[in-house]
Amino acid sequence: MNERRTETLVVTLVTVTNLLIAFFISGVVIWALGEDPWFALKTLLYGAFGYDEGLGYTLYYTTNFIFTGLAFAIGFHCGLFNIGAEGQAYIGGLGVGLICLWLEDWSLWLVFPLAVLTSIILGGIWGAIPGYFKAKRGSHEVVTTIMFNFIASVIMVNILSHVLRPPKEMSPESREFAEGVWIPQMHEIFDWFGINITQTPLNGTFFFALICLVLVWRFIWYTRWGYEIRTVGTNDTAAVYAGISVSRNIILAMVVCGGLAGFVGINEIMGSSHRIMLNFQAGIGFTGIAVSLIGRNHPLGILLAALLFGILYQGGAELSFEVQAIDRHLVVLIQGLVILFAGALENLFRPQIEYFVKQLAPQ
Amino acid sequence: MSTVAIELTDINKYFGNVCANKDVSLKVESGTIHGIIGENGAGKSTLMSILYGFYQADSGAIAVQEKSTEIRSAHDAIAAGIGMVHQHFMLVDTFTVLENVVLGTETGFSLQESMQKTERELQRLEKDYHLEVDINAVINTLPVGLQQRVEILKALYRGADILILDEPTGVLTPQEADHLFRILNELREQGKTVILITHKLREIMAITDNVSVMRQGEMVAHRKTSETDREELAELMVGRKVLMQVDKAPAKPGSPMLTVKHLDYIDDFGVRRVKDVSFEVHCGEIVGIAGVSGNGQSELMEVITGIKPFQKGQIQISGQTITSTVRADAATMRRFGMAHVPEDRQRRGLVTSFSANENIILGYHKNPSYNNFIEMDRDFIIQSCKKQMEHFDVRPDNPHLRASLFSGGNQQKLVVAREFERDPALLVVGQPTRGVDIGAIEFIHRQIIAMRDAGKAVLLVSVELDEILSLSDRILVMFDGQIMGEILAKDADEREIGLLMAGVRKEAA
Amino acid sequence: MWTDVLLILDATLRISVPFVLAAMGGIFAERSGVIDFGLEGKMLGGAFVAATVAHLTQSAWWGLLGSIGIGIIFSMIHGYASVSKRGNQVVSCVAINIFAMGLTVVLANAWFHMGGKTPQLPKEARFMSIELPFAEEFRNIPIIGEIYYELISGHNALVYIAFIAVPITAWVVFKSSFGLRLRATGENPLAVDTTGISVNKTRYQALILNGILGGMSGAYLSTAHLAFFVKDMSAGKGYIALAAMIVGKWRPYPAMFACLLFSFLFAIKDKPEIFDLLKGIIPVKLLNSFLDMSPYILTIIFLAGFVGKAVAPKAIGQPFSKEK
Repeated sequence: MNERRTETLVVTLVTVTNLLIAFFISGVVIWALGEDPWFALKTLLYGAFGYDEGLGYTLYYTTNFIFTGLAFAIGFHCGLFNIGAEGQAYIGGLGVGLICLWLEDWSLWLVFPLAVLTSIILGGIWGAIPGYFKAKRGSHEVVTTIMFNFIASVIMVNILSHVLRPPKEMSPESREFAEGVWIPQMHEIFDWFGINITQTPLNGTFFFALICLVLVWRFIWYTRWGYEIRTVGTNDTAAVYAGISVSRNIILAMVVCGGLAGFVGINEIMGSSHRIMLNFQAGIGFTGIAVSLIGRNHPLGILLAALLFGILYQGGAELSFEVQAIDRHLVVLIQGLVILFAGALENLFRPQIEYFVKQLAPQ
Repeated sequence: MSTVAIELTDINKYFGNVCANKDVSLKVESGTIHGIIGENGAGKSTLMSILYGFYQADSGAIAVQEKSTEIRSAHDAIAAGIGMVHQHFMLVDTFTVLENVVLGTETGFSLQESMQKTERELQRLEKDYHLEVDINAVINTLPVGLQQRVEILKALYRGADILILDEPTGVLTPQEADHLFRILNELREQGKTVILITHKLREIMAITDNVSVMRQGEMVAHRKTSETDREELAELMVGRKVLMQVDKAPAKPGSPMLTVKHLDYIDDFGVRRVKDVSFEVHCGEIVGIAGVSGNGQSELMEVITGIKPFQKGQIQISGQTITSTVRADAATMRRFGMAHVPEDRQRRGLVTSFSANENIILGYHKNPSYNNFIEMDRDFIIQSCKKQMEHFDVRPDNPHLRASLFSGGNQQKLVVAREFERDPALLVVGQPTRGVDIGAIEFIHRQIIAMRDAGKAVLLVSVELDEILSLSDRILVMFDGQIMGEILAKDADEREIGLLMAGVRKEAA
Repeated sequence: MWTDVLLILDATLRISVPFVLAAMGGIFAERSGVIDFGLEGKMLGGAFVAATVAHLTQSAWWGLLGSIGIGIIFSMIHGYASVSKRGNQVVSCVAINIFAMGLTVVLANAWFHMGGKTPQLPKEARFMSIELPFAEEFRNIPIIGEIYYELISGHNALVYIAFIAVPITAWVVFKSSFGLRLRATGENPLAVDTTGISVNKTRYQALILNGILGGMSGAYLSTAHLAFFVKDMSAGKGYIALAAMIVGKWRPYPAMFACLLFSFLFAIKDKPEIFDLLKGIIPVKLLNSFLDMSPYILTIIFLAGFVGKAVAPKAIGQPFSKEK
C-alpha cells in the first residue's frame, strides 16, 4: 500500500514538473514577443477567476474539455490515439442540433435523453468507422481520425450552408430552436435557489459532465468491459489468449470515444448557442488530448486538467484582449508543449524525482 | 605454453538491484574451445554481452590477447578480434547474406565497391572453413542452420580470432548440432578460440577442452573437460545433487478428451505451418510434443487453444466439434473445459502491468462469480487471488503487486495457479519451465503430474527434450508442421527422437 | 479536351510538390524506424518560416533555407523525445503538429497583425516559373512539344527540386552505404548495434534529412504555390503525404505516384467543368462536396490496404534499448 502511495506521489510530482516546463517555455515565448510573462500570468488568472463572469466562462470551457478529455482517455486505455474528437464532436453535435430542431415542442425531459442518445449514435458512428479500419484493416487511427475530421468539416459546411441555413440568412448556421429545449443556464439554476450570479454560457451540462466523469471511472476500472478494453490496450496478445476480441473492443472503445466527444454538442448547442453553428467544436477536440495526457487518463486527473485548460482558454482570451501581441492561439501552443512534455517526454525527470521522493521518505 | 585469449577479472554487473554477475573471473586459452555452462539465468549471457560490449560491467577488467582492453561497444569488441553468434540471430531478415555481412563494414558513400570486395572475401572464407551458403539468398528464406552459418561468416569476415557462441544449439536438431560442432573443430584447428555458452551437458562433454560453471551470477568452478563428468558438472550448476528423473506412477489413460483430425493451419503470410496433424489425448495421460523450436508446435498450440483459426480438419474436445467453419475462440475453448498455460507468459500469459489479482481473472473475467450485475466483485477477486497464490506458493502472496514485479518462476506459478485452479478437463501446457528456476521447475512438474493423476488430459509442448522425456507418457515428434512419429515414453530413445526431430523417419534411417 | 487534360496534369504536378517532398522526408524517417506523423507540423512550420524570412530578406531562397532550419529543429525535437528519451513516437508527432499550429499563428499575429496571415510576397521574393530552353520553339510540335511546353517547362525551381529528390532518395536508400544502415536500422536495430554501428546516430541522420525535406515542402506552400502564409495552410497535406508513402510501401517511386494520384484529385477539384457530363445526374452541390472530400477518403482507402497490403519496416515505432 505504501508503495502505491509513493508511486502516486512520484506521478503527481512528475506531472506537475512537466506542466511547469511547458508553462516556462510558453513564458519564454511571451518574453520573446516583448511582453512581460509575469503580467501575462496575472492577467490570465484574473481573467479566469477574478470575477464571476470569468469563472463562468472558465467552467463552461471546462465542461467541453471534460468530454473530449474522456473521449481521448477511453481510446488511450484501449491503446488507441484518438485525435478525432474534433470530428466526432462536430457530427455528434449535428445530431444534438437536429433533435432539438425536430422536437422543439417537446419537453426538455424527453428531448435531453434523446439528444444524448443521438449524439452517442452519430458521434459513435464517426468514431466507429476509423475504429473498424483500425481493427479490421490495421489503418493507423491517427491518420484516419484526422481524415474524418476533415470529412466532417466538409459535410458540416455543406449541410449548414445548403440544407439548414434558413433562406435569406447569410451565415451558414441553422435557425435558433425554441426555448423549451434549451438546457437551463447556470444563472437560472442558481436563481431557483434564490442566488444571483452573472449570466454566462455555463449551463446544466456541467453537472452532466461531472456525472460522465464518475461513470467513465467506474466503467474503466470496475466493469468487465473496462477490464477488456484495458487488456486490449496494454497487451493485445494476452487479450487474444484470454478470448477477448481485440477488434470488437477497439470498435467499442471508439464508439464510446465518439459518443463522449459528441456531448460537446450538448454543452455548445443545447446549452449555449441554441443553434447549429460552423466550427462550434474548433480546437476543443485537440485540447482533449492534452487534457487527458496531463490528467494521466484518469477521470480525476482529467477533471483537474480540464479546469486548467478552461482557465487557459478563458484567461487567454482575456489576455489577448489586454495585450495586443499575444494571440488566443497561445493556448494551442501550450497544448503542444503539454502533449510533448506530459506525453512523449513524460519520464524526462522521473529518475530525479524518484530519487528525491526516496530521500524524502525512506522505507 | 599457450597464450591467454581472454582474461576477465572480477566482473560485476547489476540490473537495478538484481545482481547478474558477481566477481566473475575467467581465463580462456588460445586455440581451445571453452565451455561456459549454467542454468537459465545464471548470468552466462550477461557475461558474454559484457565481453562483446553490449553491456558495460559496473566494475572489473578485461584483457584480450594478454592486453588490457576496454570494450565499450560492439565496435570495440570487433576491433579487439571478438566475434559473437547470439542466441537470437542478429540478422536483418529482409537482407541478403551478402548485405548482412557488409553491414557495418561498408566504406565510401556508394555501396557497390564494398559489396564487391566483400563478395570476393566471403568466397574465400567459405572455402577455407567449409561454410557454404548462397550469398545472394535472402535471410528469411534460409533454414536456421544456414542462418547460423551466416552469423559465423559475419564474425570471421570481421577478423574475429575469438568466437563466442551463445546457446547455439537451441534452435538446431541434434544432427545439425553435430554439424556445427564439426565446424567449431575446424575453427579450432585453424587456431581460432571458441567460447561456447550452453546449459546442455552433452555439448560440453562432446566438444570443449575446458569448462567453467556459473551459478546465480557467480563463477563456481573451472575444470578441464577430460577431468570431469556430467554428474559433477550438474551438481556444480545446481548447487546440490539433482534428481534427473521425476517420480511418477504409470498412467491410467481413460477415454479420449481431445481428438485432432487432419488439422491444417496456414499463417497470415501464406505459410503452411501445421500439416495434416492427427492425434488424441486421453484422460489421465500426458502427451508430449517434442521438436526443434519453430517446427509448428507453437502454431499447433495456438490453433488448439482457439487463438488462431485453422483452415482444414477438426478438433473435438469434450464432445464438441470445432471445424474451420464452426469456430471457437479462446473463451469458448475455456468453456469447453480447456486450460492453457501459454509458451510466452510475459507476452501472452500475463498483462505484466496489471496487478496479480487482475491477472488471476484473465480469460475468466466474465465468470459469474467474479461479477455483480454491472460491476465486478473486486473484494471477492482479491480474496480468491490470495487463496490461489497461497495454494500455488506464489511469492510474495500480495494480490495488489504488479505482475512484472514477480520473478520469472513466480510469474509462471501465477499463470499455473490461474489455469490449474479451474479444474479443467484438458490442460494445454507450453514450455512450462522456460526461464524458471530449479525450485519452481520441480514444483510445476509435480503439479502437472498431479493433474494427470486426477484424471485430466494433458498436452505438453516443450523444446526441452529432457522435460518431454521425464513427464510424458506418450511422445509425438513434430518436424516441419507434421507429426513424424509417436513413441511410448517407456521405450523412448534420445537418438531415435533426435532423428525424428530432424525429419528422418524410422524406415528411412 | 487535349489541352484540358494537359492543364489538369500540369496542375497535378504543381499540387503534388509538397506531397512528394514530405513523402520523401517520411521515407527517410520511417525507414530508420522512427514514425513520422509530424510531417504536417514541419510543413506548417516550414510554410510560416519561409514566408516570414522571404518577406524580411526579399529572397525566396533565404526563405527556403529558413524552412529547412525549422524542419530540422522540429525533427530534432522529435528525435530527442523518441530516439534519445525513448518516448512514445506518435505522441511526440502529435505534440509537434499541435505546437506548430499554435506557434505559427501566435507569431504571425504578433509580428504582422493580419489575422494569422503573413504579408503578400512580391514576385522577387517568390519562386517564379522557369522557362526551360526551347519551350517556345517546341510549342507547336504536336504532343511531344506540347507536353514539353505545358507540362515540363514553366514550373518554379521547387517543382524541379521535388522531382529530382525522388531519384536521389531512391539511390540513397537502396544504393548507398548510408541507405544500407538506414534500412537495417528500421528492420533490426539490435543487429545493427552488434555490428558496431550506432542505431541512434543513424536515426538522427535520417531525421535531419527528414527535417530538410519536410521543411521544404512547407516553403513550397507559402513561397511558390501561394505568396503568403495563412493559418492552418497545410490542411492535412502532411498526413496525406504519409498515406502516400505507406501506399508506396516506403519506396520513393511508388510513393511519388501515390502523391500524384492525390494531387490529381485536388487538381480536378479546381476544374469541375470536366464533370459536365455528370451534372444532370448528380446535383452539383453534392458533387462538389464529394470532390472536396475525395482526397481524405482516398487516404483512408489507401491506409485500409484496399490497394495491397503494406508491410512496414519491422522496428518502426520502437525505441531502441539494450537494457532488459
